[in-house]
Amino acid sequence: MAVVQDVHGHHDHHPTGIMRWVAATNHKDIGTMYLWFSFSMFLVGGFLAMGIRAELFMPGIQILEPELFNSFTTLHGLIMVFGAIMPAFVGLANWQVPLMVGAPDMAFARMNNWSFWLLPVAGLLLVSSFFVPGGAAAGGWTFYPPLSTQGGIGVDMMIFAIHILGASSIMGAINIITTILNMRAPGMTLMKMPLFVWTWLITAYLLVLAMPVLAGVVTMLLTDRHFGTSFFNAAGGGDPVLFQHIFWFFGHPEVYIMILPAFGIVSEIIPTFARKPLFGYSSMVYATASIAILSCVVWAHHMFTVGMPTVGQLFFMYATMLIAVPTGVKVFNWTATMWRGSMTFETPMLFAIGFIFLFVIGGFSGVICAIVPIDIQVQDTYYVIAHFHYVLVSGALFSIFGAVYYWLPKWTGRMYDEKLGKLHFWLSMIFFNMAFFVQHFLGLAGMPRRIPDYSLQFADFNMISSIGAFGFGLTQLLFLYIVIKCIRSGEKAADKQWEGATTLEWTALPSPAPYHSFETPPVLK
Amino acid sequence: MTQSVTKTNLTMLKKLLIFTVVMFGFGYALVPMYEKFCEVTGINNLLQPDTVDKNIKVDTTRLIALEFDANVRGLPWQFRPLQSNAKIHPGESIEIMYEIRNDSDHKLSAQAIPSYSPRFLEKHLKKFECFCFTKQTLEPGEVRQMPVKFVIDPQLPADIGTVTISYTFFSLETGK
Repeated sequence: MAVVQDVHGHHDHHPTGIMRWVAATNHKDIGTMYLWFSFSMFLVGGFLAMGIRAELFMPGIQILEPELFNSFTTLHGLIMVFGAIMPAFVGLANWQVPLMVGAPDMAFARMNNWSFWLLPVAGLLLVSSFFVPGGAAAGGWTFYPPLSTQGGIGVDMMIFAIHILGASSIMGAINIITTILNMRAPGMTLMKMPLFVWTWLITAYLLVLAMPVLAGVVTMLLTDRHFGTSFFNAAGGGDPVLFQHIFWFFGHPEVYIMILPAFGIVSEIIPTFARKPLFGYSSMVYATASIAILSCVVWAHHMFTVGMPTVGQLFFMYATMLIAVPTGVKVFNWTATMWRGSMTFETPMLFAIGFIFLFVIGGFSGVICAIVPIDIQVQDTYYVIAHFHYVLVSGALFSIFGAVYYWLPKWTGRMYDEKLGKLHFWLSMIFFNMAFFVQHFLGLAGMPRRIPDYSLQFADFNMISSIGAFGFGLTQLLFLYIVIKCIRSGEKAADKQWEGATTLEWTALPSPAPYHSFETPPVLK
Repeated sequence: MTQSVTKTNLTMLKKLLIFTVVMFGFGYALVPMYEKFCEVTGINNLLQPDTVDKNIKVDTTRLIALEFDANVRGLPWQFRPLQSNAKIHPGESIEIMYEIRNDSDHKLSAQAIPSYSPRFLEKHLKKFECFCFTKQTLEPGEVRQMPVKFVIDPQLPADIGTVTISYTFFSLETGK
């Protein structure tokens, strides 16, 4: 892509001190805050995971009382989903979308500030709910009634936090959609957009579709708890199963909200390091859109054991299995992009390939879970835990690591330590599989999820899994060290650090990207 | 940013906000849709009277023992069946009276939820009349007798000789 852009540094002044961050309207500052926030929530959620794995290290109750264990699993899920993964992707979008479409900033800079600053409030509510009477919510991250209509004030804090997080995500999504649709540089047609931008456009639409439904369902829960309604209360003519339908109507698009941007990231990294254009660009776009549409009609596959007519089970089973088709198209395209490419294996590429490898395993266990008779066996066992950690940790999280390594030189103007980056990847890879692969076996053998104790025959695999989880947790401190080292003392990065990169942020901007970029839009020839 | 881009951005913002509000409403619209869906497909119709084929045959070769049970959850009410058991032929209709009494000194509302043993009895129990279909409101000290009228259809598996029909009254007062 040939681009004419005059780069001048004279606009490079910015507010200083704490007000730079509190009143931030610059997409780069806000993106940075999103990323640091999500990393700190990742550490909090990780701490809870370490607690869970420490308790499960041996049979019996050693560290956590069962009630507290339940709070740990519940808050681990909520914090990782809403506090770590989603804000990290929004942070990446904040940094990269304007740079990749050649826009000067996000469309609504003040709303952008507001959507970030809601997050710490929600995070604080979630974390502090551990210290209120009755403790934090303990009914699982899906907060099914009647458990969630019974808990104490911790549940109300969780509901309020979800309202706030939902509002933040919706504002973020509106901002991203508007930026992408209205503020692209002249000449950048929709079908010329980088795939990361495409996947985020579709994700943002899923967000404005699904998050309001979540807001609705938690509002119903709140009025059931305090204002005498009976949406989910059987005694008042309501139905707790209704909650599950509405929740999963949000919940299934939600899992694609957490994976589509990952697809976009991998679709940027693979062509760069294979030094070939992405294979099947337009089929990638259509596959992403089909996945998004299908994701809205498969929600009841989370509820096969709840009870529904056979016709319903068959519909949701087939619709779910159908998602494997566009996903298969994507995996094929990534593989075909690498085929006969001049590949090098820098850290971002390692994470992208690790992503493909492990995400495919998670995808296959997903197809297995989609089959009704098997799902009835593995429902609420560790098999399901293994499945969604393969798609969320080695899927979403690995892609975020890859993205951070890929774009750090552009953000900071400095290179990270390649040796340490590779070490981070290999340690993550080994410990991740150690922690989660054995959980497939535990699940098939019948170990139930969300229980602080287990029978003796599960002991060995649980010990392996716990050691893997501790290793994985510690490895992430290395990631923190690598990023800080890069910011403080990394070697100077080139404007186009990756020779195979073709997107605007590499071809038209210096490293680090100036505080104000593309004030006059670049012209794409 | 030029003036025209700002304007198109604001139009976009309005459209997306309207869409968000519509989707919030859609979450609520799922409630009546779900009820309608369950009604049409016959799932979960605990609170509707059944209809029964007029030509239903009474199977005089079998006798089913019925046991009646009554419970109250979180309410200062007395609740009991006037007879605790009965024997009927499948296909024969029967009427059982239940009695509730409000022992408190204020007006209270509640609704009864049925449950059956064995669980699949629900499929074979046809209720024409039941106090559980509606909310019951009692003045302080008021006593009310209420009928349940039903048949057990002859399709009930042959190995079932005894069934239990149980009702539990739940308070409909807020904050209880």
